[in-house]
Amino acid sequence: MDEVRIIEIKKSVFEDNDRDADLLRDELKKKGVFLLNLMSSPGSGKTTTLIRTINALKDKINIAVLEADIDSDVDAKKIYAATGVQSVQLHTGGMCHLDAEMTRQGLDGLDLESVDLAILENVGNLVCPAEFDTGATDNCMILSVPEGHDKPLKYPLMFSICDLVLINKIDVAPYFDFDFDKCEEYIKMRNPAARVIRICAKTGEGIDEFSKWILSRIKIAKGV
Amino acid sequence: MHELGVVFHCIKQVNEIAAENNVKKINSVTVEIGEVSTVIPYYFEDCWNWAVKKETVLKDAKIIIEKIPAVTHCENCGKDYSTVEYGKTCPHCGSGHTFLLTGNEINIKQIEAVDTVE
Repeated sequence: MDEVRIIEIKKSVFEDNDRDADLLRDELKKKGVFLLNLMSSPGSGKTTTLIRTINALKDKINIAVLEADIDSDVDAKKIYAATGVQSVQLHTGGMCHLDAEMTRQGLDGLDLESVDLAILENVGNLVCPAEFDTGATDNCMILSVPEGHDKPLKYPLMFSICDLVLINKIDVAPYFDFDFDKCEEYIKMRNPAARVIRICAKTGEGIDEFSKWILSRIKIAKGV
Repeated sequence: MHELGVVFHCIKQVNEIAAENNVKKINSVTVEIGEVSTVIPYYFEDCWNWAVKKETVLKDAKIIIEKIPAVTHCENCGKDYSTVEYGKTCPHCGSGHTFLLTGNEINIKQIEAVDTVE
C-alpha cells in the first residue's frame, strides 16, 4: 500500500549554489587567488577589455583566464594569442550562465599555483549570470555606450550585485544619446556602493584606472 | 534557457532532500515563483517535464507552481502597491524611494513523497 507524506522545504532554489559558491570563495582565499567575475551583454567588449587589461597587468601579477561560452573556443584562443596567459574554455552546453560548480570545474583546468588573479569571462547575458553566484571574490560588469544609459533600470539585479561597472566604448559617445550622469545615477540607485569607471578598450583609455582598481581589490582580499 | 538552469538546481536540491528523508518516489514538487523573479512559470513547467524524465526518484513528479504577486513598499508614504502595474514609482505619493517586498522568490515549497508500506 502506498502512503503519501508531505515534506515541507521552504527554501530558495539557489540555496545549494550559494553554499557551493561560499565554499569556493573560501578555498580561493586560502590559495591566495582573487577571482573576478566579468559579465556583460554579448558584444559589449569583454574580450577586448580583458586583453588590454591583462597586458597592462601581466608583468606585475600572475593571471589566468576562464572563458565561458555556450559553444566554440574562439575567446580562449584569442586571449592566449594576444596575452600569452593561460586560458581555459568552458562550454556551458546551452546554458545561459555559469554556476559555482561549473566555475570550480573550470578552475580545475588551470594551474592556480602562484596565480594572483583569475578572471572569469561569463556568458554574455545580463539576466541569468546575476542570479547564480559563481564564487567570485568580486563582480564586475561592462555596459557599452551603444546599449544605452537606461540599462541599469532594465536589469536591476545585475547592477545591484556588481562591485564595479565599466562603461565601455566611450569613444563613440558623440554618435549616441548616452547620458553619462543619468547612467551613473541609475547605477547608484541600484547599488550605492558600486564603483563606475569609463573606458575605451579599443584605445586603452581608462584601462589604467581599471588595472589600479583590480590591484587594490587584490590587496584588500589578501588583507595586505 | 534560463528556466532550465533553475530547474536543474531545483532537481538537485530535491534529490538531496529525498535522500535525507529516505524517499523513493515523489508525486509532486511545489514551487513558489514570484511575479518579477525572471522565471516564467510556463517555461519552467516545460523544462521540468523534460528534465525529470531522466531522473529516478523524480521520474513521474508533477510540478505545482504557486505564483507570488510582486508588491513594492514606499518608504516615503508607507503604502504598498503592485510592482507590475506601477514599477519603482509610488502611485500614492510619486516617490521613488521604494523597495520590493515580495515577488522575486524562486522557492521550493514542499514535496509530496510516496512511501510503499508492506
